[in-house]
Order: sequence, then structure tokens, then C-alpha cells
Amino acid sequence: MLDLYTPGTSPLHRMRPGPKLFTLMGGATLLFLYESLALTIAALALTFLLYRLAGIPPRKMLAQIRPLLWIFALFFALQYWLSGPMLAAYVVLRLATLVLLASLVTLTTRSSDMIDAMTRALSLLKPLGVNPGKISLAISLALRFIPVLAQITAEVREAQKARGLERSVIAVAMPVAIRTLKMADDISDSIDARGYRS
Amino acid sequence: MIEIETVRLAYGDRTVLHDISLTLRERRIGIIGANGSGKSSFARLLNGLVLPSSGTVKIDGLDTRTKGKDVRRKVGFVFQNPDNQIVFPTVAEDLAFGMKNLRLPKAEITRKTDAILARYDMADMHDHPAHLLSGGQKQLLAISGVLVMDPAYVVLDEPTTLLDLRNARRVAAALDALDQTVICVSHDLDLLRDYDRVIVIDEGRVVADDTPAKAIPFYVDRMT
Repeated sequence: MLDLYTPGTSPLHRMRPGPKLFTLMGGATLLFLYESLALTIAALALTFLLYRLAGIPPRKMLAQIRPLLWIFALFFALQYWLSGPMLAAYVVLRLATLVLLASLVTLTTRSSDMIDAMTRALSLLKPLGVNPGKISLAISLALRFIPVLAQITAEVREAQKARGLERSVIAVAMPVAIRTLKMADDISDSIDARGYRS
Repeated sequence: MIEIETVRLAYGDRTVLHDISLTLRERRIGIIGANGSGKSSFARLLNGLVLPSSGTVKIDGLDTRTKGKDVRRKVGFVFQNPDNQIVFPTVAEDLAFGMKNLRLPKAEITRKTDAILARYDMADMHDHPAHLLSGGQKQLLAISGVLVMDPAYVVLDEPTTLLDLRNARRVAAALDALDQTVICVSHDLDLLRDYDRVIVIDEGRVVADDTPAKAIPFYVDRMT
């Protein structure tokens, strides 16, 4: 969700996040209820078609599972050893299908739309004292500042490397913590300055 | 008009502003001073981000102490580091944040977002991740996030400090073009040369308050 959203006008882009998430949950449940290799292959083929429908190029689709390839390899090897090639193929294909489907939701849904949907769902919990606005702002802030924190950490690590301290956890962690706390103060002021009232 | 009457500001035992009284009527006002002189605290007083320990700050008659919400609608604030001001993951989402707080209708939010992005040559960047913008684009987004809320005053805390020369000039040009009253804290003296008034703050006191032609040389002399 950090920068995955791919703008478009496909039916999947236009579909509201709530139904999209429910469809994803339904599909995942079906894949686990009916343990069939044929069904899993059919679901994978359908997923490819949905990516095509959404106008997402194959390279971007493969990028969604590339970081997980070593996990797939590990699962395949383990299942192959425990239960044979058919079950190994089934488990890995099912996992790949689920990851691709979940990524498709992210690729075709703006984070703001997703957060709005969560806010609406969480508003059911208002009688229990849950403040959906605060939760949705917290999710937005987390999405926004994960890359910023990564950048701060990289800067501090580089600065400490220049001093020969790149192996010292404290030398990196302390400046990162201090900069993060200072940044949190500024962000809080900034949110106030833009008229936010919970 | 902004009226500051015998304002003192202290954080615990440390007084950062001493009995400041000013009336700000001009369209372009610069605030300069050394690091730690109190100029950023002064700027924060103007939209109620900090409240005076004693004295009053009034924006068009609205006291920041009692009318904080109304004051924030009137006074937009742009921070030094846009990374700390942009709070949503993408450009359009961040622009919408302030307008949603004002409870503007969705159609108006979309219209204003389109207009401000076109104004700053970012028309195709609605869904662009904020963390991948250039420094200049981030600062323009931060300024845009304030402008879409239609403030009467825009207060900026060192808006060009983190920018290279080209981006600093781009931001300066954007500020020049604003219809709003601009109050700009800056170390960039060139930025303030065409302003109507420049106030020099040192150790929490106003030590000069004049045209740029007089106040800037005074400040430079004092610092060297």
C-alpha cells in the first residue's frame, strides 16, 4: 500500500474496497475449504485474467511474488519431502494465488479508499468507545512514515559508517529514536495546524 | 490584521519571547533572527500552535487562546521540513486531509485538488507517493495543503532552508504569487528583499522592525 496503487479505470479499480475485500476473503476461504489442485490451478488462471482486466502488466504481477520466492521454495522442498510432489505443488500454487489476489486488491485500491472502508466498518464499534477517525489516521500515518523512517535510518547508518560505527546498534538506534520523536512532535503540530480535531 | 499585545512565551523556566507587542497589517512580512532567537516560536504563536504565557495574540479580532479552531482556519502554517507536514501516503490524499477537516463536500475537494495541482505543474501527480516527490515538490505540496483550506494568512517557518537554489526559487515564486498575507520566517535574506516589512528577533526580543532595506543590513551587521 506504500506506493503500490496503480491508477486505472478498470472495473476492478471502480469496484468499492468493501466488496473487493469480501470477495478476497471469500476466494481465500474457498481455496482452503476445497483442497483441490485443479481448483487451485483454475483460481490461478482466473487471477491472471483479473490482472489482465485491471491492466496490470505481467512484470508488475511477478514483482508481487518475487520477494516471496525463497519462502515458496522452502515450502515446496518441505512438502515434497513430507508428502510428495503433488501436495508440494498444490500448497505453493495456493499460496501464490492468495498473495497475487491480495496484491491485486492493493494494486487497484487507493489507500485512502481502503482506509475509508475500514473507518466505515469500525464505526460499528463506536458504542464500545472505538474512535474510527483516530484509527484511520493512525493507519494513514503508518503508511506515510514507513518510507520516511527507512530513509532516516539509512541516513543515520551512513553518518555512523563515516565514523566507523556502523556495527554499533546504539550508535544507530539512538539518533534514529531522537529524530523520530522530534519528527513525531512536528507531525502532531502539523496535524493540529491543518484543523484536525478527533 | 494580527495584533500581538505584550506577549511573553516561556517553556518552563526558559523565557523564549519577552513582552512583544506588534501590529501586523502588511501583505508581506519577514521574520529573521539567529538560531534559537525565538522566531519559530513567534511564528507558532500566530496560528495558536503555541499559546502565550501572558499577553494576547489576536487574528482579525480572534484570540488564539479562546478561538483556536477559527484561528487555524484563518492562518495556514507551513513547516520547515515538508516531510513532517505531509501526513498521507499520496499527493491527492494529503491535499484532501485539511479539506476533510473543514467538512467540504467531495466534489469541492476534487475540484480544489485538481486546481492546486495544475497551478504548481503537478496535475498528473494525484496518486504519486508523497515520499517519492523531489524536495521542491514536497514543499509545494505542503504549501498547497495549506492553500486549499483558503486561509487569509499564510505563516511559513523557513520554507526554503532544505531546498537547493532552483527549488528555493520555485517556492519563492509561488509565495510571491499568493493573494494571502504572507508572514515568512527565513534565513534566506534574498527571499525577503521585496517584502513590505522585516522584523528582526534576537534573544526573544524585537530588535529591529523596518523595511527590508534597513532591517536586513542591521541584522547582517549584528550577526558579523
